Amino acid sequence: MSSFPRPIATTRSATGISTGKLAVWWLIASEIVIFGGVLGSYVMHRIGHPEWASQAEHTNTWAGALNTFILLTSSLMAVLAHQAAEHKDGKKAAKFLYLTILGGLMFLTVKSIEWTNEIHHGFTLTSHTFWSFYYTAAGIHGVHVIVGLIIMAIIASDAKKGIDLQRVEAVGLYWHFVDIVWIFLFPLLYIAK
Amino acid sequence: MSDTSTPAPAPGAAHDAHGGHETNYVKIWGILLALLVVSVVGPMLGHPVLTMVTAFGIAFVKAFLVIKYFMHLTVEKKYIGLLLLTMLAIMLVFVAGVAPDVMKHEGQRWTNTAAIEAVEKGLKANEAAGHGEHHGEAPAEAPAAAPH
Repeated sequence: MSSFPRPIATTRSATGISTGKLAVWWLIASEIVIFGGVLGSYVMHRIGHPEWASQAEHTNTWAGALNTFILLTSSLMAVLAHQAAEHKDGKKAAKFLYLTILGGLMFLTVKSIEWTNEIHHGFTLTSHTFWSFYYTAAGIHGVHVIVGLIIMAIIASDAKKGIDLQRVEAVGLYWHFVDIVWIFLFPLLYIAK
Repeated sequence: MSDTSTPAPAPGAAHDAHGGHETNYVKIWGILLALLVVSVVGPMLGHPVLTMVTAFGIAFVKAFLVIKYFMHLTVEKKYIGLLLLTMLAIMLVFVAGVAPDVMKHEGQRWTNTAAIEAVEKGLKANEAAGHGEHHGEAPAEAPAAAPH
Protein backbone atom coordinates (compact mmCIF):
# COMPACT_ATOMS: atom_id res chain seq x y z
CA MET A 1 0.00 0.00 0.00
CA SER A 2 1.40 3.36 -0.92
CA SER A 3 1.80 6.10 1.64
CA PHE A 4 -0.12 9.36 1.66
CA PRO A 5 0.13 11.48 -1.48
CA ARG A 6 2.68 14.27 -1.30
CA PRO A 7 1.09 17.59 -0.34
CA ILE A 8 0.74 19.90 -3.33
CA ALA A 9 2.60 22.64 -1.44
CA THR A 10 5.70 20.46 -1.62
CA THR A 11 6.24 20.96 -5.30
CA ARG A 12 3.97 23.72 -6.58
CA SER A 13 5.37 27.18 -7.17
CA ALA A 14 2.60 29.36 -8.57
CA THR A 15 4.02 32.63 -7.24
CA GLY A 16 7.72 32.25 -7.89
CA ILE A 17 8.20 30.91 -4.37
CA SER A 18 7.47 27.30 -3.45
CA THR A 19 4.02 27.27 -1.87
CA GLY A 20 5.30 25.71 1.35
CA LYS A 21 7.83 28.49 1.86
CA LEU A 22 5.21 31.11 0.96
CA ALA A 23 3.00 29.62 3.68
CA VAL A 24 5.79 30.09 6.21
CA TRP A 25 6.17 33.73 5.17
CA TRP A 26 2.42 34.19 5.72
CA LEU A 27 2.75 32.52 9.10
CA ILE A 28 5.56 34.92 10.00
CA ALA A 29 3.42 37.85 8.81
CA SER A 30 0.64 36.81 11.18
CA GLU A 31 3.14 36.28 13.99
CA ILE A 32 4.35 39.87 13.59
CA VAL A 33 0.91 41.05 14.63
CA ILE A 34 0.69 38.58 17.52
CA PHE A 35 4.08 39.40 19.04
CA GLY A 36 3.84 43.03 17.95
CA GLY A 37 0.56 43.37 19.84
CA VAL A 38 1.97 41.89 23.03
CA LEU A 39 5.25 43.81 22.90
CA GLY A 40 3.55 47.05 21.82
CA SER A 41 1.15 46.80 24.77
CA TYR A 42 4.04 46.09 27.12
CA VAL A 43 6.08 49.08 25.90
CA MET A 44 3.10 51.42 26.26
CA HIS A 45 2.44 50.22 29.81
CA ARG A 46 6.12 50.51 30.78
CA ILE A 47 6.15 54.12 29.60
CA GLY A 48 2.91 54.87 31.47
CA HIS A 49 4.06 53.10 34.63
CA PRO A 50 7.56 54.12 35.72
CA GLU A 51 7.07 52.24 38.97
CA TRP A 52 7.36 48.91 37.11
CA ALA A 53 11.13 49.41 37.04
CA SER A 54 11.30 48.01 40.57
CA GLN A 55 9.79 44.77 39.31
CA ALA A 56 11.89 44.59 36.15
CA GLU A 57 15.10 44.77 38.15
CA HIS A 58 14.42 41.25 39.42
CA THR A 59 14.77 39.64 36.00
CA ASN A 60 18.08 37.87 35.47
CA THR A 61 20.04 39.72 32.76
CA TRP A 62 22.68 37.00 32.54
CA ALA A 63 20.10 34.27 31.96
CA GLY A 64 18.55 36.42 29.22
CA ALA A 65 21.97 37.07 27.67
CA LEU A 66 22.86 33.37 27.79
CA ASN A 67 19.59 32.51 26.06
CA THR A 68 20.25 35.17 23.42
CA PHE A 69 23.66 33.59 22.77
CA ILE A 70 22.05 30.14 22.54
CA LEU A 71 19.34 31.27 20.11
CA LEU A 72 21.77 33.22 17.92
CA THR A 73 23.97 30.12 17.73
CA SER A 74 21.02 27.87 16.94
CA SER A 75 20.05 30.31 14.17
CA LEU A 76 23.54 29.88 12.74
CA MET A 77 23.02 26.10 12.80
CA ALA A 78 19.66 26.52 11.02
CA VAL A 79 21.16 28.59 8.21
CA LEU A 80 24.05 26.12 7.85
CA ALA A 81 21.43 23.36 7.54
CA HIS A 82 19.78 25.38 4.78
CA GLN A 83 23.14 25.79 3.04
CA ALA A 84 23.75 22.03 3.22
CA ALA A 85 20.25 21.36 1.85
CA GLU A 86 20.99 23.64 -1.10
CA HIS A 87 24.02 21.50 -1.81
CA LYS A 88 21.71 18.46 -1.68
CA ASP A 89 23.56 17.12 1.35
CA GLY A 90 20.65 15.80 3.38
CA LYS A 91 22.78 14.13 6.05
CA LYS A 92 24.71 17.31 6.74
CA ALA A 93 21.48 19.32 6.77
CA ALA A 94 20.00 16.89 9.29
CA LYS A 95 23.12 17.15 11.45
CA PHE A 96 22.82 20.93 11.60
CA LEU A 97 19.09 20.69 12.27
CA TYR A 98 19.78 18.38 15.21
CA LEU A 99 22.28 20.95 16.52
CA THR A 100 19.58 23.61 16.14
CA ILE A 101 17.24 21.40 18.17
CA LEU A 102 19.94 21.04 20.81
CA GLY A 103 20.11 24.84 21.00
CA GLY A 104 16.34 25.03 21.42
CA LEU A 105 16.44 22.47 24.23
CA MET A 106 19.22 24.39 25.97
CA PHE A 107 17.16 27.57 25.66
CA LEU A 108 14.16 25.87 27.28
CA THR A 109 16.34 24.44 30.05
CA VAL A 110 17.73 27.87 30.95
CA LYS A 111 14.22 29.31 30.80
CA SER A 112 12.77 26.66 33.09
CA ILE A 113 15.54 27.14 35.68
CA GLU A 114 15.03 30.89 35.50
CA TRP A 115 11.25 30.67 35.87
CA THR A 116 11.49 28.18 38.71
CA ASN A 117 13.74 30.57 40.58
CA GLU A 118 11.46 33.55 39.93
CA ILE A 119 8.29 31.72 40.94
CA HIS A 120 10.09 30.45 44.05
CA HIS A 121 10.77 34.09 45.00
CA GLY A 122 7.10 35.02 44.60
CA PHE A 123 7.23 36.60 41.15
CA THR A 124 4.25 34.86 39.57
CA LEU A 125 1.88 35.52 36.70
CA THR A 126 -0.53 37.30 39.05
CA SER A 127 1.88 39.06 41.44
CA HIS A 128 2.16 42.22 39.31
CA THR A 129 1.17 43.36 35.80
CA PHE A 130 4.86 43.46 34.84
CA TRP A 131 5.16 39.76 35.61
CA SER A 132 1.91 39.09 33.73
CA PHE A 133 3.51 40.61 30.63
CA TYR A 134 6.82 38.87 31.34
CA TYR A 135 5.34 35.38 31.56
CA THR A 136 2.87 35.97 28.72
CA ALA A 137 5.44 37.29 26.23
CA ALA A 138 8.18 34.82 27.14
CA GLY A 139 5.61 32.03 27.42
CA ILE A 140 4.17 32.57 23.95
CA HIS A 141 7.73 32.70 22.66
CA GLY A 142 8.56 29.47 24.51
CA VAL A 143 5.58 27.72 22.93
CA HIS A 144 6.89 28.78 19.53
CA VAL A 145 10.28 27.28 20.42
CA ILE A 146 8.65 23.97 21.41
CA VAL A 147 6.54 23.83 18.21
CA GLY A 148 9.63 24.67 16.13
CA LEU A 149 11.60 21.87 17.77
CA ILE A 150 8.91 19.29 17.00
CA ILE A 151 8.60 20.36 13.35
CA MET A 152 12.38 20.52 13.00
CA ALA A 153 12.78 16.98 14.36
CA ILE A 154 10.34 15.68 11.72
CA ILE A 155 12.08 17.60 8.93
CA ALA A 156 15.54 16.50 10.12
CA SER A 157 14.41 12.89 10.09
CA ASP A 158 13.29 13.26 6.45
CA ALA A 159 16.34 15.31 5.45
CA LYS A 160 18.60 12.54 6.72
CA LYS A 161 17.04 10.30 4.06
CA GLY A 162 17.25 13.04 1.43
CA ILE A 163 13.49 13.61 1.43
CA ASP A 164 11.98 17.07 0.87
CA LEU A 165 15.13 19.07 1.47
CA GLN A 166 13.33 22.29 0.53
CA ARG A 167 11.58 22.09 3.90
CA VAL A 168 14.88 22.76 5.66
CA GLU A 169 14.78 26.36 4.46
CA ALA A 170 11.11 26.74 5.43
CA VAL A 171 11.64 25.61 9.02
CA GLY A 172 14.80 27.73 9.14
CA LEU A 173 12.79 30.85 8.28
CA TYR A 174 10.44 30.09 11.15
CA TRP A 175 13.35 29.53 13.54
CA HIS A 176 15.06 32.79 12.56
CA PHE A 177 11.81 34.62 13.24
CA VAL A 178 11.63 33.05 16.71
CA ASP A 179 15.21 34.26 17.19
CA ILE A 180 14.27 37.81 16.11
CA VAL A 181 11.38 37.91 18.59
CA TRP A 182 13.82 37.00 21.37
CA ILE A 183 16.26 39.67 20.16
CA PHE A 184 13.55 42.22 21.06
CA LEU A 185 12.29 40.44 24.18
CA PHE A 186 15.78 40.46 25.68
CA PRO A 187 16.24 44.26 26.02
CA LEU A 188 12.57 44.81 26.82
CA LEU A 189 12.35 42.30 29.66
CA TYR A 190 15.93 41.98 30.89
CA ILE A 191 17.78 45.23 30.20
CA ALA A 192 15.14 47.96 30.64
CA LYS A 193 15.41 48.06 34.44
CA MET B 1 6.00 4.65 -2.22
CA SER B 2 7.08 7.94 -0.90
CA ASP B 3 9.13 10.04 -3.24
CA THR B 4 12.66 10.36 -1.94
CA SER B 5 13.84 12.92 -4.43
CA THR B 6 13.63 16.69 -4.15
CA PRO B 7 11.47 17.71 -7.08
CA ALA B 8 10.88 21.32 -6.09
CA PRO B 9 13.13 23.77 -7.90
CA ALA B 10 16.14 24.13 -5.61
CA PRO B 11 14.50 26.61 -3.28
CA GLY B 12 16.74 29.44 -2.24
CA ALA B 13 19.47 28.28 -4.58
CA ALA B 14 20.19 31.86 -5.52
CA HIS B 15 19.90 32.96 -1.94
CA ASP B 16 23.17 31.49 -0.99
CA ALA B 17 25.03 33.50 -3.54
CA HIS B 18 25.52 37.19 -2.93
CA GLY B 19 27.50 38.60 -5.80
CA GLY B 20 28.91 35.20 -6.61
CA HIS B 21 30.20 34.56 -3.08
CA GLU B 22 28.61 32.38 -0.46
CA THR B 23 27.75 34.30 2.69
CA ASN B 24 30.14 33.73 5.55
CA TYR B 25 27.50 32.83 8.10
CA VAL B 26 30.00 32.27 10.89
CA LYS B 27 31.27 35.82 10.43
CA ILE B 28 27.69 37.17 10.68
CA TRP B 29 27.22 35.09 13.83
CA GLY B 30 30.43 36.59 15.27
CA ILE B 31 29.13 40.10 14.59
CA LEU B 32 25.82 39.21 16.26
CA LEU B 33 27.66 37.97 19.36
CA ALA B 34 29.79 41.12 19.49
CA LEU B 35 26.59 43.19 19.32
CA LEU B 36 25.12 41.06 22.12
CA VAL B 37 28.11 41.88 24.33
CA VAL B 38 27.68 45.61 23.61
CA SER B 39 23.94 45.42 24.36
CA VAL B 40 24.69 43.87 27.78
CA VAL B 41 27.67 46.04 28.72
CA GLY B 42 26.29 49.38 27.42
CA PRO B 43 23.38 49.65 29.90
CA MET B 44 25.76 48.82 32.78
CA LEU B 45 27.30 52.26 32.35
CA GLY B 46 24.03 53.68 33.65
CA HIS B 47 23.46 56.43 31.09
CA PRO B 48 19.82 56.42 29.88
CA VAL B 49 20.62 57.51 26.31
CA LEU B 50 23.45 54.99 26.05
CA THR B 51 21.11 52.29 27.35
CA MET B 52 18.53 53.15 24.70
CA VAL B 53 21.13 53.05 21.93
CA THR B 54 23.03 49.96 23.06
CA ALA B 55 20.04 47.88 24.14
CA PHE B 56 17.25 48.84 21.75
CA GLY B 57 19.20 50.31 18.83
CA ILE B 58 21.41 47.24 18.67
CA ALA B 59 18.36 44.97 18.82
CA PHE B 60 17.25 46.49 15.51
CA VAL B 61 20.72 46.00 14.02
CA LYS B 62 20.79 42.36 15.15
CA ALA B 63 17.30 41.77 13.72
CA PHE B 64 18.38 43.37 10.43
CA LEU B 65 21.42 41.08 10.19
CA VAL B 66 19.31 37.98 10.85
CA ILE B 67 16.67 39.06 8.32
CA LYS B 68 19.23 39.95 5.62
CA TYR B 69 21.79 37.18 5.98
CA PHE B 70 19.98 34.27 7.65
CA MET B 71 16.47 34.73 6.21
CA HIS B 72 17.74 36.14 2.88
CA LEU B 73 14.79 38.53 2.71
CA THR B 74 16.70 40.99 0.52
CA VAL B 75 16.93 38.43 -2.30
CA GLU B 76 13.39 37.14 -1.79
CA LYS B 77 10.45 38.21 -3.98
CA LYS B 78 9.62 41.85 -3.28
CA TYR B 79 6.04 41.18 -2.25
CA ILE B 80 7.25 39.18 0.75
CA GLY B 81 8.98 42.27 2.14
CA LEU B 82 5.88 44.33 1.41
CA LEU B 83 3.71 41.75 3.17
CA LEU B 84 5.85 41.94 6.31
CA LEU B 85 5.97 45.75 6.19
CA THR B 86 2.17 45.82 5.91
CA MET B 87 1.92 43.78 9.10
CA LEU B 88 4.33 46.13 10.85
CA ALA B 89 2.20 49.07 9.69
CA ILE B 90 -0.96 47.42 11.06
CA MET B 91 0.84 46.95 14.36
CA LEU B 92 1.87 50.61 14.43
CA VAL B 93 -1.73 51.67 13.74
CA PHE B 94 -2.79 49.61 16.75
CA VAL B 95 -0.13 51.19 18.96
CA ALA B 96 -0.94 54.70 17.72
CA GLY B 97 -4.63 54.16 18.40
CA VAL B 98 -4.20 52.74 21.89
CA ALA B 99 -1.16 54.72 23.11
CA PRO B 100 -3.02 57.83 24.32
CA ASP B 101 -5.23 55.72 26.60
CA VAL B 102 -2.40 53.61 27.99
CA MET B 103 0.56 55.94 28.19
CA LYS B 104 -1.29 59.01 29.43
CA HIS B 105 -3.37 59.03 32.59
CA GLU B 106 -5.33 62.21 32.02
CA GLY B 107 -6.58 64.36 29.18
CA GLN B 108 -8.79 67.39 28.56
CA ARG B 109 -12.01 65.78 29.73
CA TRP B 110 -10.90 62.54 31.35
CA THR B 111 -8.78 61.26 34.19
CA ASN B 112 -7.68 57.70 34.82
CA THR B 113 -7.61 57.86 38.59
CA ALA B 114 -6.84 54.15 39.00
CA ALA B 115 -3.69 54.49 36.90
CA ILE B 116 -2.57 57.67 38.66
CA GLU B 117 -3.06 56.02 42.04
CA ALA B 118 -1.21 52.90 40.89
CA VAL B 119 1.79 54.97 39.78
CA GLU B 120 1.85 57.03 42.98
CA LYS B 121 1.45 53.98 45.20
CA GLY B 122 4.09 52.06 43.27
CA LEU B 123 6.63 54.87 43.36
CA LYS B 124 6.09 55.34 47.09
CA ALA B 125 6.56 51.60 47.66
CA ASN B 126 9.76 51.70 45.61
CA GLU B 127 11.06 54.62 47.62
CA ALA B 128 10.25 52.86 50.87
CA ALA B 129 12.04 49.76 49.64
CA GLY B 130 15.17 51.78 48.91
CA HIS B 131 15.11 52.05 45.11
CA GLY B 132 15.73 48.46 44.23
CA GLU B 133 18.48 47.61 46.67
CA HIS B 134 16.54 44.44 47.32
CA HIS B 135 16.91 41.43 45.10
CA GLY B 136 15.06 38.85 47.08
CA GLU B 137 11.39 38.23 47.61
CA ALA B 138 8.54 39.91 45.79
CA PRO B 139 7.00 42.82 47.70
CA ALA B 140 4.29 41.73 50.12
CA GLU B 141 1.85 44.17 48.58
CA ALA B 142 2.36 44.52 44.87
CA PRO B 143 1.37 47.83 43.28
CA ALA B 144 -2.05 47.92 41.69
CA ALA B 145 -2.50 46.51 38.23
CA ALA B 146 -2.81 48.44 35.01
CA PRO B 147 -5.64 50.92 34.58
CA HIS B 148 -9.01 49.87 33.23
